[in-house]
Amino acid sequence: MKIDWAALGSVFGVSLASTVGLVVLFTLGINGLSRREKAAARGGSAALAVTGAYLCFAACAAAVAYGIYLIVVKP
Amino acid sequence: MESFSLILAIVVVTALAFDFTNGFHDTANAMATTISTGALKPKIAVAMSAVLNLVGAFLSVEVANTISKGLVDETGIRPEVIFAALVGAILWNLLTWLVGLPSSSSHALMGGLVGATVASAGFGAVHGDVLVTKVLLPAVAAPVVAGLASLLATRFSYGVGGTADGEATRKGYRAGQIASAGLVSLAHGTNDAQKTMGIITLALVAGGSIAPGSNPPTWVILSAGMAIALGTYIGGWRIIRTMGTGLTDLEPRQGFAAQTSAATAILASSHLGFSLSTTHVVSGSVMGAGLGRKGGVVRWSTATRMFVAWALTLPAAALVGAGAESVTGLGDWGTAVVAVFLVAASAAIWKISRREVVDHTNVVQETEPAGVVTTAIAAVTPPPAGMVTEDLTATIPAPATEPAPAPAAPPAAAV
Repeated sequence: MKIDWAALGSVFGVSLASTVGLVVLFTLGINGLSRREKAAARGGSAALAVTGAYLCFAACAAAVAYGIYLIVVKP
Repeated sequence: MESFSLILAIVVVTALAFDFTNGFHDTANAMATTISTGALKPKIAVAMSAVLNLVGAFLSVEVANTISKGLVDETGIRPEVIFAALVGAILWNLLTWLVGLPSSSSHALMGGLVGATVASAGFGAVHGDVLVTKVLLPAVAAPVVAGLASLLATRFSYGVGGTADGEATRKGYRAGQIASAGLVSLAHGTNDAQKTMGIITLALVAGGSIAPGSNPPTWVILSAGMAIALGTYIGGWRIIRTMGTGLTDLEPRQGFAAQTSAATAILASSHLGFSLSTTHVVSGSVMGAGLGRKGGVVRWSTATRMFVAWALTLPAAALVGAGAESVTGLGDWGTAVVAVFLVAASAAIWKISRREVVDHTNVVQETEPAGVVTTAIAAVTPPPAGMVTEDLTATIPAPATEPAPAPAAPPAAAV
């Protein structure tokens, strides 16, 4: 019996890293947006936070695109 | 297609029926958390999942016959064996749907194949080590991998984001959930519809209708895609309820973490060559997300029932598959008996399900009625033993009694 520990380990590592990374990125993005919401309520603006937020979302979108790429072009 | 015999037609129809049950069994995987957190309305969620499953079925032209490859000896496999395997898989899918437990459709199919092959060619034809490395180990690994990932992700998300609660937060997590659920649906379509295509193609090759090594004909791709999409749209609401609200209570943020973890684990596993079952991944990630929030709980009684169902999936489907195969071996009338048995059993299960209807209107109700739980416990444990004897003696009227709440050992005893 040959168990492919390397494959299992890499699945584990990749899933863990990318899930945590993506969720944290997304949360940061949402934080940025809600900061704008609060700033707008006070009549100010939060340009830096919003730029950061959109960068985060862009990274998430890239990850989704990569996911679709993996689905479509599976070996 | 001149040599399209009757048995081949039966196999194709049964395979499509399996594809249908696969679709509606697995709607929960993609959409349960999306529905329970209110990110999408139930009907819209299943419609979206159905469309993406259909798209997924067409995305890849590669025949995914990993199910049959390696696990059993393909040489000399007859259409009857495939038919028997499908009978086992369908009945197990319907039974677990009746009690609202998520279980792996792939495992059911593999179990059916193993059982039917053993009955047809003996134990030598099954590769035991492949069974362990491809079925048992992934079943243990999947919920752990996805669960840990989503637990940590949830914890970090609450750590980083605090408990921000505004319009932007709400909308954001909603969009995130929809996107990750869409990915899961798409991946499911490519994987599971392909499995059915592989099975049908295998049957066509076995029946001598098409040459070995050929790609699935267009009508196979089309009908398999339609069957899984239709099944997804009909929706296994009972399983959605268990997965969405039965295992734990999810806030949108947790739903997002769970769904993201599921999507990445599924993609990573299928890409890195360590195939994990979608069902196991999603169940694990839902529980992980439940544990990740402070004060979050996992209802371990429901989880335990689910684990019992997982453990039983392969042997139960194998027993039914073996029984069906030994009956079809008796001749053409044996095949007819099995076909009638399948239809009668399916009808009986559907009839029982009507006693307590779960659909898109009551899928997210918080209270899980006690009746469902007790019948679940009663129905999960006894069938394997009961079904075999019924199958072996080849009596048709048996199915009506099979899921009846017979006196049952508590699930803990069966583990």
